[in-house]
Amino acid sequence: MGRKILLVTTDQQRYDTLACNGGTLSRTPVIDGLAAEGVRYDRAHPQSVVCMPSRSTIVTGQHPSTHGVWMNGVPLPGDAPSVAEVLRLAGYRTALVGKAHFEPYFDPFLRFEENLLSTEGTTPHGGSRRGFEHLETAAHGAMGPLHYCQWLLREHPEALGMYCRAIDDSLQVSAAVGGDTGAPQVKVNPIDRGIYHTDWVADRTIDWLDSVDADDDWFCWMSFPDPHHPWDPPESEVGRVDWREVPLPAGYPEDRATREAIIDGKPRHWRAWYDGTLVSNYEAPADWVPATLTPDQVREVNARNAVEVELIDEALGRVLTRIAERGWDDDVDVVFTTDHGELQGDFGLLFKGPYHVDGLMRLPLVWRPAPSSRADDVPGASVVSRPVGLVDLAPTFCAIAGIEPPEWMQGKPLPVDDVDAEARGFDKVLTEWDSELFGTDVHLRTMMRDRWVVTAYLPGTSHDGTEGELYDLVDDPLQQVNRWDDPAVRPLRDDLVADLWDSQPPVRPERLALEAPV
Amino acid sequence: MTARRGSMRHAIRLACPPDTVWDVVGAPERLPEWWEGVESCIVEGDERTIQTRSGLPMPERMLTIDHSLRRFQYRITAPLFVEHLSTIDVHDLRDGTCLTVYSVDAEPAVLALVISGAARAALNHLPELLGVDRVP
Repeated sequence: MGRKILLVTTDQQRYDTLACNGGTLSRTPVIDGLAAEGVRYDRAHPQSVVCMPSRSTIVTGQHPSTHGVWMNGVPLPGDAPSVAEVLRLAGYRTALVGKAHFEPYFDPFLRFEENLLSTEGTTPHGGSRRGFEHLETAAHGAMGPLHYCQWLLREHPEALGMYCRAIDDSLQVSAAVGGDTGAPQVKVNPIDRGIYHTDWVADRTIDWLDSVDADDDWFCWMSFPDPHHPWDPPESEVGRVDWREVPLPAGYPEDRATREAIIDGKPRHWRAWYDGTLVSNYEAPADWVPATLTPDQVREVNARNAVEVELIDEALGRVLTRIAERGWDDDVDVVFTTDHGELQGDFGLLFKGPYHVDGLMRLPLVWRPAPSSRADDVPGASVVSRPVGLVDLAPTFCAIAGIEPPEWMQGKPLPVDDVDAEARGFDKVLTEWDSELFGTDVHLRTMMRDRWVVTAYLPGTSHDGTEGELYDLVDDPLQQVNRWDDPAVRPLRDDLVADLWDSQPPVRPERLALEAPV
Repeated sequence: MTARRGSMRHAIRLACPPDTVWDVVGAPERLPEWWEGVESCIVEGDERTIQTRSGLPMPERMLTIDHSLRRFQYRITAPLFVEHLSTIDVHDLRDGTCLTVYSVDAEPAVLALVISGAARAALNHLPELLGVDRVP
């Protein structure tokens, strides 16, 4: 019997939403407890700041350029390599419960197996899909052909209309406003907490764990759809955080002129989005103008986000309790992270897009190694300050299982402390963005190295390829001063950009097609 | 501003005469044979109603079936669409191959993407269905 693996992901969660990372809004004792017993990563970055490419990186252990899912709406091929398949072939029982999103949601023809499966059961055709023997899916509400939606339709049809609709009648990302402040994608949701998707994901995870034999090794990816917008947690829980008492984020200068001066120092698509003249991607409402965002709306969004994070922490606590009841606690590695971040008021912006700053790129990542392994090679609580990526998760799971990571994986098993990280060359992490939607295209390549984040722009609708961003994370932790054109750091910039291009991963030979908006 | 109306296009070149392709894509009742996710369709006059795998009925009005031009055009008239026009053209490249082009224009724009994504998959199914090779 080996070490079992519980991968816990959320969707669109910022680094600073966890108490163990300095967050002050949410109480997250369960995750904090894991961090206190394990490794907390201070600079974990995604390889893409949107769902499908990032989740494809988690499961393949490859950068988006290589696995080919270059933007949301591009399906990951069914035969793409998968760490779950590696583990399954090694004898692990495997499951994914919650948000998968390797294939598009907009699917009236039910062409994509993730969607089709929800009408047929939880065991994929052929016994597994991407290595998962059990797939039970959910997303951000009641819409769509996913298991949670089908269950809600069957068991609680009265709740279908309670959620905020993420997509409006014109099939745009909804710009509907609500709550006390009229914030976008905020809605009072009267749903009972017990049937909200966060608790459903935990319930279904527990149910699957109960189906596993005590001596089985298992890999379970429990994937919460929250705290991704819409911000519509159960109404009964909203009072946990009074938005009126929420401080404005450090990244949100309340003075409008200051805010706009900061944005004007960045490439022009920043200001264009802020002013509502350009929405380059489908991840933000086209009919909402960020410049209209008020301080109180920022407070309310952050409050509701904090409630959703607390519910996740509590749901994870229930799952860990069940694991302990099964007698597995000493043998389970728990990894907690998310797919990407959320701007959540930074620079006066919400949601996400081609904006490679900490709000979207600095992720919570905690690894609590199985206590039974500790005597071997894993120290107690530690913090890794050197950069790591989600691309490192798949080889980490292989290492936990005692399997040599396959050559197609591009990351390395996560370091357990900074000494380990330095010894194994964790010195940079890459992030990329490509989008082409109805005549608007944006292409960015980013590297975090040492204390610097550098982003080079390729030619696109708003850019001629000479633009860039360069931030000093020590002197400018909020990334408000773009030093790309600062002559004083030009030699450094040149060195970083050369390293950025030299470090690019192999590009998939055949470009995958965009088949849906998301 | 995000475009309200979307325009998309996909194409496939096959190693066969154009009529081999046109016999399938130019016959409205044969859609379920080559379009994954279309369970059935009923053709009545210039109206065609398809039933998708998700159970969604999708009514269409056929505008053009031109056998000499090898052009098929139709509009989806389901309420979700403000406007839609799809055009299938099969071109004879006069070298033993043909080029099939599927163009989709729709409002809301995202529906152009959804329909064209499915159309692309349908085009890619043609080589297997027809037993012919795809030409790079």
